Amino acid sequence: MIKAILIFNNHGKPRLSKFYEHYTEDTEQQIIRETFHLVSKRDENVCNFLEGGLLIGGSENKLIYRHYATLYFVFCVDSSESELGILDLIQVFVETLDKCFENVCELDLIFHMDKVHNILAEMVMGGMVLETNMSEIITQAEAHNKMEKSEAGIAGAPARAVSAVKNMNLPEMPKNINIGDISIKVPNLPSFK
Amino acid sequence: MPAPIRLRELIRTIRTARTQAEEREMIQKECAAIRSSFREEDNTYRCRNVAKLLYMHMLGYPAHFGQLECLKLIASQKFTDKRIGYLGAMLLLDERQDVHLLMTNCIKNDLNHSTQYVQGLALCTLGCMGSSEMCRDLAGEVEKLLKTSNSYLRKKAALCAVHVIRKVPELMEMFLPATKNLLSEKNHGVLHTSVVLLTEMCERSPDMLSHFRKLVPQLVRILKNLIMSGYSPEHDVSGISDPFLQVRILRLLRILGKGDDDSSEAMNDILAQVATNTETSKNVGNAILYETVLTIMDIKSESGLRVLAINILGRFLLNNDKNIRYVALTSLLKTVQTDHNAVQRHRSTIVDCLKDLDVSIKRRAMELSFALVNGNNIRGMMKELLYFLDSCDPDFKADCASGIFLAAEKYAPSKRWHIDTIMRVLTTAGSYVRDDSVPNLIQLITNSVEMHAYTVQRLYKALLDDISQQPLVQVASWCIGEYGDLLVSGQCEEEEPIQVSEDEVLDVLEGLLVSNLSTPVTRGYSLTAIMKLSTRFSSLNRIKKVVSIYGSSIDVELQQRAVEYNALFKKYDHMRPALLERMPIMEKTIFSGDGIFTVCLWSVFPVLQANDLLDLLGGNDVVPIIQTTVPTKPASAGGELLDLLGDLSLTVIPPMTAYNKNGLIIEFTFERSNPNPNIAVITIHATNSTEADMTEFVFQAAVPKVCSFPSCILINLLFMSWCIGT
Repeated sequence: MIKAILIFNNHGKPRLSKFYEHYTEDTEQQIIRETFHLVSKRDENVCNFLEGGLLIGGSENKLIYRHYATLYFVFCVDSSESELGILDLIQVFVETLDKCFENVCELDLIFHMDKVHNILAEMVMGGMVLETNMSEIITQAEAHNKMEKSEAGIAGAPARAVSAVKNMNLPEMPKNINIGDISIKVPNLPSFK
Repeated sequence: MPAPIRLRELIRTIRTARTQAEEREMIQKECAAIRSSFREEDNTYRCRNVAKLLYMHMLGYPAHFGQLECLKLIASQKFTDKRIGYLGAMLLLDERQDVHLLMTNCIKNDLNHSTQYVQGLALCTLGCMGSSEMCRDLAGEVEKLLKTSNSYLRKKAALCAVHVIRKVPELMEMFLPATKNLLSEKNHGVLHTSVVLLTEMCERSPDMLSHFRKLVPQLVRILKNLIMSGYSPEHDVSGISDPFLQVRILRLLRILGKGDDDSSEAMNDILAQVATNTETSKNVGNAILYETVLTIMDIKSESGLRVLAINILGRFLLNNDKNIRYVALTSLLKTVQTDHNAVQRHRSTIVDCLKDLDVSIKRRAMELSFALVNGNNIRGMMKELLYFLDSCDPDFKADCASGIFLAAEKYAPSKRWHIDTIMRVLTTAGSYVRDDSVPNLIQLITNSVEMHAYTVQRLYKALLDDISQQPLVQVASWCIGEYGDLLVSGQCEEEEPIQVSEDEVLDVLEGLLVSNLSTPVTRGYSLTAIMKLSTRFSSLNRIKKVVSIYGSSIDVELQQRAVEYNALFKKYDHMRPALLERMPIMEKTIFSGDGIFTVCLWSVFPVLQANDLLDLLGGNDVVPIIQTTVPTKPASAGGELLDLLGDLSLTVIPPMTAYNKNGLIIEFTFERSNPNPNIAVITIHATNSTEADMTEFVFQAAVPKVCSFPSCILINLLFMSWCIGT
């Protein structure tokens, strides 16, 4: 069972925290701090597995982490989960986020915390892995978003306009128009986005 | 009231804060705005406010006033509201608040909603934080959804069922009929979660386990399809088809095949196939192989398969990827008990891992190395382990030292090697050894009679180098006290005897007494050692001087000892030689009646106080030390013992049963000796009332230090009466 999923940056600021077992608010913050201390001390070329800190269950639980650029993705699991499998799961999670947010970066996680939670809810439920198929997860998340947008009313108009333009198929501007042996070069106009 | 700001605005504002205090201020202001907005019961913006509240909760600020608002959101009709409401419920609520029960009705309605996404949200929340009451109420709904044909809902219902079973195990039977055709699904998501549900049920109940054994052929078939099928883009992860499902199925097969011949038989082929066909260049392949190896080791597989598994693990050990090595060491640790010989083959690789830079790998390698030590490889292994002890982090030193002591005790090829090893440990990691190793070592040294001279010489030389490591100093001073005469007479056979004079030895011991590095316990040891040398050395005056100086020491323990030793010199000089004689050989025994209890070692000094005597005789579970107490002639001072025994006149002390457990009965009887009424004689009767023999019964006597006038304790061991009459 997965006990907790934490995402924090290189300075220890939490970007996402989901606990699948109950702890008080203070304990949750302490766990985040403790995990950050343990994980940030690790070198770059050591293995990705650690014994859990005291607050989160000591040596029965393991911390499996991956470091991407400025973010640490940490899954705290107990002994019933396969360590290498969880490593793959983290990879799938990050790739899903990448597809959903288009070249995801830390700012995306900061400003769209609720969306990240929703994606995570499609993957892990109650501490157990629900779905690992990336396209399936993305389809579901998109469907949810569509439902939300359809209810949004006037406030959703700008968002709808943006997505409408994105979905529009603008024809490609040809670089060269060739009519027989006359070739006319088309000037380089700035592209419409 | 102006519209509350959007979540995005809030995040932007908070990020501009430069100090923690500024951030706190901003958050407090926003919290106040949110609170007033909640009070106004504003429906349109409730969703936005709760979202902001969740963000602040993640940063660590209290957000409990939003709990009721989450419930209101869940009850709303809009999907947006429900979504944030359920998210808030999962993050803020849990079964310890009574508020959560109000959710039950909403969840029930939503489980029957027309939109599958709303049903999904409800299942998700129930599966994450449903309490046992909620689960009991809603289990029927979940079971209904488990039978639906909508795969999106079915997989969520399966995991929700797992949570329900965890909270209320009695409801497991309710889900049994629904599991009938779970495995015939095509959708991988549903398959995956069904396997999780089956795994949970099998782990919890042996009846379910035997019921589901008939599913083994079906599982094998699914696994086969996964491996044999070609490339399918939707389930592909780095070239392997749905590795997560493969791993899950392997795990379920492990549980089903454990201890059962038929199932293990059915699985043999597929396991061999997976083990040989999986590509190992990427992490995914290794994950599957790892799971396969664990399964092979757990079920009743044929020996060829087991050898294959251990070889895979051996290959893992040589892999460059640290994760793989870590995982290999962990699984080897699990299998070393059962397949000891196979793991021995990889010993050299494991020992190399001791030199790895990674802390986690080093720890695993150390544990595994200790498990692999046996009589044949003890010398080689010990060399590596001692080298490791020199260079490892302080966290490891204590465990490593204890491990080395244990291994050395079990497999030492010769006494000299044993003592050398111990010396090496003490000199390199002396401050990290456990406290109980000092008496163990003393016992070991006493028992190797022929090595006394060699031992004391080596310890003396070690003391000359370094007096900071307390266990080493304690053992050394004890030995010098006992065998100082051997040291001075230069009798060592094993190595070159050194020339040491009595004064030099006394210099060293006195140095220990005054040094700041010595703890009070060490000082006690060295004072006693000096005292013992009074019968072995000839320079009595110097010893007398030292002892009398410490009669006024601030440390109460030292003072008491010095005063008593002084008394030995003055009034009881005739008893001194007998009292300070060489210690007899001490045996450490473990004997079992119905249970096991060890007869503890002791050293003469320090010894228990009188109160502890009573505690021991009071009969707690581990009462090994059998002591003789000597009631001396009644006197005004120092009568603590007499107080214990009550009667001052000592005419008659009734016999007492000191120990009565597991068939062993020990009784003390007291009587006055006829020729000399000042002497009391205590007889110990030990009887064995069980049918089995009790072997290795050892008598040990401890002299209580509490008596301020040393009394002569003659212990006549009448073994005769013990051997007869079991």
